[in-house]
Amino acid sequence: MHLMYFTEQPMSAYDAEAGLKYGATALTFSNRHFDPVAGSRLYGEYLEQYVYAEEVGIDGIMLNEHHNAPFCMQAKANIFAAVLAGATKRVKIVLLGNPLPLSENPIRLAEELAMIDMISKGRLVSGFVRGGGQEQLATGVNPAYNRERFEEAHDLIIKTWTVPGPFRWEGTHYQHRVVNPWALPLQKPYPRVWIPGVISKETIIWAAKQRYPYIALNTSIPQTKQIWQLYDETAATLGYRSGPENRGYLARIHVAETEEKAIQNAKQFMWMQGEFTGLAHPVWANPSGYFSPSGRRNFVEFAVGRAKNPRGNPTFEQQVADGMIICGTPKQVLSRIRQLLEETRPGIMAVWGNDGNVSHQDAMTCIRLLGQEVFPKVREWAKELELTSPFEAEAPVSIAYAKDLKRPVAAAE
Amino acid sequence: MAAWSESTIDIAGIKLHVARGGEGPPVLVLHRDNGAPEASAFHDELAKSAHLLLPHHPGWGRSSRAEWMRSVRDLAVIYRGVLADLGIDRPVLVGLGFGGWIAAEMATMAPAELAKLVLVAPLGIRPPEGDILDQAIVSYIDYARAGFEDQGAFDKVYGAEPTTDQLEAWDIAREMCFRIAWKPYMYSQTLPHLLGNVKAPTLIVWGDKDKVVPLATAKRYLATLPNARLEVLADCGHCADLERPASLAKLVGTFIAE
Repeated sequence: MHLMYFTEQPMSAYDAEAGLKYGATALTFSNRHFDPVAGSRLYGEYLEQYVYAEEVGIDGIMLNEHHNAPFCMQAKANIFAAVLAGATKRVKIVLLGNPLPLSENPIRLAEELAMIDMISKGRLVSGFVRGGGQEQLATGVNPAYNRERFEEAHDLIIKTWTVPGPFRWEGTHYQHRVVNPWALPLQKPYPRVWIPGVISKETIIWAAKQRYPYIALNTSIPQTKQIWQLYDETAATLGYRSGPENRGYLARIHVAETEEKAIQNAKQFMWMQGEFTGLAHPVWANPSGYFSPSGRRNFVEFAVGRAKNPRGNPTFEQQVADGMIICGTPKQVLSRIRQLLEETRPGIMAVWGNDGNVSHQDAMTCIRLLGQEVFPKVREWAKELELTSPFEAEAPVSIAYAKDLKRPVAAAE
Repeated sequence: MAAWSESTIDIAGIKLHVARGGEGPPVLVLHRDNGAPEASAFHDELAKSAHLLLPHHPGWGRSSRAEWMRSVRDLAVIYRGVLADLGIDRPVLVGLGFGGWIAAEMATMAPAELAKLVLVAPLGIRPPEGDILDQAIVSYIDYARAGFEDQGAFDKVYGAEPTTDQLEAWDIAREMCFRIAWKPYMYSQTLPHLLGNVKAPTLIVWGDKDKVVPLATAKRYLATLPNARLEVLADCGHCADLERPASLAKLVGTFIAE
C-alpha cells in the first residue's frame, strides 16, 4: 500500500461573499479578490505541512494543478514538485498530474519532470491529466482537441524519455524538429505514470491499455467498482490481470483529536458550496468538443438548467452518511477506511485531508494523526488484504515493459 | 414560398448538404456560426428573385465533418471547389455573420470570379473597438439570444424554449467553431490585408444593436474593401436575416438587381 497526503491548496483568504454575489467562483471570478500577502503565507503553511507529512511517515505527497480559481493555489504542479524535491528526502512526489493538453511544448514538460526526478533522486511519480474544461478556457487551449493533444503529448514525452535524441516529431498537434533535451529522468525506463480521473470511460480504457494505475478521485463505492470492472476487462483483453497495484483511490478524510473538532473541520470540504471546482457555468466545465459525444444530449439539457446536476448536490450530512466524506478521531475514521479498503481494494490511497479554512494548526494535527495513528493500521490491513502498491508489486512502468502478458483473450477495443 | 430541392455534393471527402431554390442569378448563402434554421423568411423572400444555394457547412447540420479542417480559409476553399464543380462562374455571395467571414475569404481568393458580395455583420476581422462575443463562456441559448435585439423575434424562430435537438445542434456548431476558429477567436489577422483585391460591388449590412460583433468592425471592412457601402439597420441585432428578414431581403434583392 502506498499512502499519500493531498490538499488542493485552497486560497481560503478570498471573500466568499463576493463569490456568492458574483455567482461563480471559477474562471471569470475576478482575481482582484486574490490577496498575494495571504497567498504567500498560505504557500509557506502548505510547504510546512508537506515536510511534516514526511516526518510523520507518510509515503507520498500528491500534487495537482488548476487555473483561475480560489479552490486551488497550484497554478503549476511542477513548481511545488521542484520545491519538494529539494525540501524532502524520502517521500514520493506524486503529480496527479500535469495537464498535458495545456502544454504547447511537451518537451519542456519532459525536461522539467526529468529535472525533478534527478533532483529528488528518483522520487517522482509523473501523473498526467486532460485538465478540466475550465483549465482549457483559462489557458486559451482549444477544448475540441483535448483528448488528441493528451494522447499525442503523452507519446511524445515517453519517446523523449526513452529514445536517445536527436529525433524529429511531426505530429498532428505538435511538431518539434530537434528533440534532444539534456535532462533525462533518473528512474528507468521512466518515472511511474499514474492517471487520475473520475468516471470518463475513455480515460479508464486508455489507462488500462497503457497499464498505468488509475486513481479514482473520490468516486462513490459503486462507481469505483464500475471503474475497476472496466479497467479489469480492458486489461484482460490485453493479456494481463489487473489488481490493487493498478488501482488508486482519493478519499476525503479529516482526522482530529475529538469528533466534534473533526466534524467542524470536515465541513470545510463543502467550502466551495459543495462543488469540487467552485461554482461555475456547466459550459465552462464541459466546453463543446471537450466531452464524449455520447454524453452530448444529457449535457445540453443540464447546461441550460433543464436537467439536474449529474453529480447531485448532496449535503455534508449525506456525504458523511455515504462515506464520501470521512471524519472523526483516528479510531472512528479507521472503521470507515477498513470498509473502503475491502470494497474497492486499492494499492494506492491518497488522503485529501484538509480543505477550505481549516487552520494551519489543525491541518498539522490531522497530518500527524494520519501518519502516526491511522496509516500504520491501514498498512497492517493492506498486508492482510494483499493490497500491494505498484512499488511493492514491482509492476512494470507500462505495458511495453511487461514480461507477464498472456495471450489476449479477446480483441482490444 | 420557394420549393427547395435537396442534394448532397461530394467535395474534399465531405458529404455536403445543399438546398437549392428560386429563379434568377446564382446566390450562395453562407449560414452563421450556430447553424441555419430549417425555415427562413429571408431565404423565401430572396428566392423570389434569385437562385439560392443553401449549404450546411461541413460538420454543421446535415453535412459530414471534415476531421482535418482547421481554418475558415479551408472552408472558403471548399466552397470555391463547390462553385467550380457546379459550373457557377460569377456568383453572388451572401454571408451571414460567420458566413460573412467565409464569403470574404472566398472573395479574396478569386476576386474576378465574383458578381457581388453581401456581408451581413461579418466576423473575420478584429473589431477596432470592443470584442467579438465569446460563446465559450455563455450557454447555448444565451448566445443565440444575444444575436437578437428583439427577443420576440428569437421566440418566433426558435421557440421561447428551444428543443433539445436544437441545443444539441448548437453544441455541435459550437464545437465546429472551436475546431476551426478558436485562436484568434473568430477572426483572421491576415484577411484585412487581402480584401483590397476585391473589386466587386459589396454591400455590408449591420444591425446597430449587434451584441456579437461590434458595429465598429464595419469601419475596418469599409476601409479595406475598395467598392463597399454600409447599410445600418436600426434597432436590429446581429442576426438581421432572422430578426428583420423582409428588410434585409429587400436591401439584398435591390443590391443584386442594381
